[in-house]
Amino acid sequence: MRKELEKYFRTEKLPHIWCPGCSHGILTGAVVRAIDNLKLDQKKICIVSGIGCSSRAPGYLNFYTLHTTHGRALAFATGIKLANPDLKVIVLTGDGDCAAIGGNHFIHAARRNIDITTIVFNNSIYGMTSGQYSPMTPKGSYATTAPYGNIDRNFDLCKLAQSAGATYVARGTVYHIPQLIKIIEKALQHKGFSLVDAVSICPTYFGRKNKMGSPVKMMEFIRDVSIPIKSAEKLSKEELAGKILIGEFYEEQAPEYTEEYAKVIEKSQEGD
Amino acid sequence: MVSEKKFKISINDRTCKRCGICIAFCPKKVFSSENGKPVVVNLDACTKCKLCELRCPDYAIVVGGEEDEQ
Repeated sequence: MRKELEKYFRTEKLPHIWCPGCSHGILTGAVVRAIDNLKLDQKKICIVSGIGCSSRAPGYLNFYTLHTTHGRALAFATGIKLANPDLKVIVLTGDGDCAAIGGNHFIHAARRNIDITTIVFNNSIYGMTSGQYSPMTPKGSYATTAPYGNIDRNFDLCKLAQSAGATYVARGTVYHIPQLIKIIEKALQHKGFSLVDAVSICPTYFGRKNKMGSPVKMMEFIRDVSIPIKSAEKLSKEELAGKILIGEFYEEQAPEYTEEYAKVIEKSQEGD
Repeated sequence: MVSEKKFKISINDRTCKRCGICIAFCPKKVFSSENGKPVVVNLDACTKCKLCELRCPDYAIVVGGEEDEQ
């Protein structure tokens, strides 16, 4: 590891537990590099996770970290941010953790526009519990619990976040890593609820169940099906089927929840 | 291999899990596989784009020795 980055890791815990070719390591590295590029104060950052392969990430990171219960990372993070609005709060979560059991926390955190950066390690499957399909498993894909193919339609997490009220929404992939680091930097600088849908690979479960081959083949697949939003505008619905749209989808400035809450405290104390 | 380049690419054997991502996606084919393990075979071609380092899931690669980073 590069010397300048060592301070951000609990290096004694490395090598990490993730499988060979699991891109959660790439994503964790991207988060750290974005923080380093922005020269954020390490002591003013709290990283929160739920349960799942993705949620192991904060265990390796040398910040204030909190490993919480399944799906509840955003609920805990909301409490942390309200109690200490000066902290930069980052949630690292998986597609199952965020979109299934944590789905309700997700839409309401977005609705409140609370200043939390949520980075979803989206590998389309529940890896830790051996490959059940998640709300992000593409329709037709195979999983341990979908041996005949998944009949559920998957969420578009970016559309979901935007319609729920998130004020920064973007998607990147582990193949397009320089772009993803830039997106995470923007999300970290954004005041309000920011979502980064980070498309990841799970060679062990999603890869094997869908006969996708090696981690390299899965990375090639992501490379080949990804389309920048701008190029996608010119394509028909048929041409876009099965494609991953990447880039920044939405950005707006809107009142932030902890600031609004501070006003409530001030108002309630008037006349004391 | 004798190289004109002053920097080096270091690979940490302890953390490398031999996923092959660095070997496959190097734009200049700097790496070769030795039973799955990446070895630097063409340092002269390296442009220090660092994509291998950024894409290594195990933080096992550092492009450029510490001396030329300072």
